[in-house]
Amino acid sequence: MSEMTYRDAVNLALKEEMRRDASVFVLGEDVALYEGSFKVTRGLLAEFGEERVKDTPISENTIIGVSIGAAMGGLRPVAELMTVNFALLAMDQIVNHMAKIRSMFGGQTFLPMTIRMPGGGGSQLGAQHSQSLETYFMHCPGMYVLYPATPADAKGLLKSAIRNNNPVIFLEHELLYNSKGEVPEDPEYSIPIGKADVKRPGEDVTIVAYARMSILALEAAEELAKDGISCEVLDLRSLAPLDEAAILASVRKTGRAVVIEECWRTCGLGAEITSRIYENCFDILKAPVKRISGLDVPMPYSRKIEKICIPQPVNIRQAVMDVMSGEY
Amino acid sequence: MEARLRTVLPDQELLRLYEQMFVSREFEERCAEQYTKGHITGFLHLYSGQEAVAVGATAGLHRDDYILSAYREHAQAIVRGADPRRVMAELFGKATGICKGKGGSMHLFDPSINFMGGYAIVGGQFPISVGLAFAARYRGEDRIAACFFGDGAVNQGTFHESLNWAQLWQLPVLFICENNFYGIGTEVHRSSALASIHKRTCGYDMPSEKVDGMDVIAVYRAVKYAAEKVRETSRPYFIEATTYRFRGHSMADPAKYRSAAENEMWKARDPLPNYAKRLIEEDVATREALGAIEARCRTSVDEAVKFAEESPWPEDSAVWEDIYV
Repeated sequence: MSEMTYRDAVNLALKEEMRRDASVFVLGEDVALYEGSFKVTRGLLAEFGEERVKDTPISENTIIGVSIGAAMGGLRPVAELMTVNFALLAMDQIVNHMAKIRSMFGGQTFLPMTIRMPGGGGSQLGAQHSQSLETYFMHCPGMYVLYPATPADAKGLLKSAIRNNNPVIFLEHELLYNSKGEVPEDPEYSIPIGKADVKRPGEDVTIVAYARMSILALEAAEELAKDGISCEVLDLRSLAPLDEAAILASVRKTGRAVVIEECWRTCGLGAEITSRIYENCFDILKAPVKRISGLDVPMPYSRKIEKICIPQPVNIRQAVMDVMSGEY
Repeated sequence: MEARLRTVLPDQELLRLYEQMFVSREFEERCAEQYTKGHITGFLHLYSGQEAVAVGATAGLHRDDYILSAYREHAQAIVRGADPRRVMAELFGKATGICKGKGGSMHLFDPSINFMGGYAIVGGQFPISVGLAFAARYRGEDRIAACFFGDGAVNQGTFHESLNWAQLWQLPVLFICENNFYGIGTEVHRSSALASIHKRTCGYDMPSEKVDGMDVIAVYRAVKYAAEKVRETSRPYFIEATTYRFRGHSMADPAKYRSAAENEMWKARDPLPNYAKRLIEEDVATREALGAIEARCRTSVDEAVKFAEESPWPEDSAVWEDIYV
């Protein structure tokens, strides 16, 4: 194990997989000479050269389309979209093409490709650069969606994504890039796709979260423990496929659930998870499920009001206390 | 002055072009019949009138070269070598279809012949073609990607993004625009500021040319030259083939936006009878020999329809198959 940042963990996963498999290549805006706008691709051009580390024009839809063609032609592309917001320019290739091609062509081809996208809010970047679009991707069958919370998961999940023969959307939270954690050094270390992780075991209430929300949930759980409330923090890691079994098992154990999402509330992944809990665990619930969401507004710039729009540890603590007290 | 046929290709090849055009026409006309009978459903875009483009172009490519197209692609797939029986079964929605009945008319695909798909979002195939060409270069393979599209696709963002990209990365892509002058019901002058489509490439410093898409030999020669140029230089090239679809955009379109005079003018340029006339005039074949070819094509399409009719429907369980690896 060695301590490293989330950014370096992603970087290491890229390097290890490029060393392991010559069909892996990286493409995206400013990923080569500039080494990525978040410096995630640092050192790649120097080590792997210009044919494997490709700067692209600012043509997001075509970045994904070229990746699809390259994957169909026997390569294993890892595309970077500079931020998740720009994925909206590529939704035609992502949703109409990437997610459909295997199925509509009768299983005669497969697309072993990964799209990395930094995202999330909280950096005062305004409405067009602060979105959490994970639910958009989860809604569409035909691709996987991963969103790690820790450096170890970031490395392990990205390696699984690159080795996987399905298209994978790999989200990275911009506010986690500098977070640190222990990461296994074994180049064969990986995290399976589709498996949630109990980041903190507990007895009284299940907090279902992902990415930065899992980190905030852990902070809240630490505080709540001082008040004698034992929270189980379930970090989803994979949003698609969703580890429904892990969610239901935890809720059956605790009998209570708080679901946290950074994205907008309406039709968000929290609604989906809450619905599945009700469909399967209604009889054992000790309290209604509570959702904590991003506010249904375009993100404002000013830090005073931006903060209101994103779930905070204090909101999570309050939600857990509400669920525990039976007040709703 | 037109080249004498025998200076272009040996007799056997010249006759194969005729056979491919004829089977394409026959296939499409039988599709129309099966659509009116309710055996083919959904969208159905027929290629009748444009055969010289698919046939001439495919003859000018290598078997290893990738071909991608849009949603009017039955002929491109069949001419490349897809089994007409399995293509017809696909249109019928049967389990024996080339995509197991999951794709339909607009989504034919057969990697065994490097036919890499029919795409039904206008312009969707541009970047995928560029990606396949990149993979070919990356892997050191001696093949190019031929990307077919219509005149309607040239105003999509992917067109400009992909032309720029192919030239920037110096990739072996041959862009082949089948200009049939209409994007559904909108005539090209009503959608394109520069309706002379091959001139669009000057913004990307890409060589281009215009060819008569009703003349199979002209298309063949242009594509053969262009494909070799692309192969030698690993640079993209652009061909605009002017052509005409004799039917509407799809079976749902009676094509009332085109005048009778315009239709007649193009019908007189029908690539099939005109090529047949040349074959006979230049003593490549007799009328009887062509008749034998035509009979063979009809039999082949008869068999395709029979195969499709007799094939089983997909099992319900198939809906969950072939989505993930």
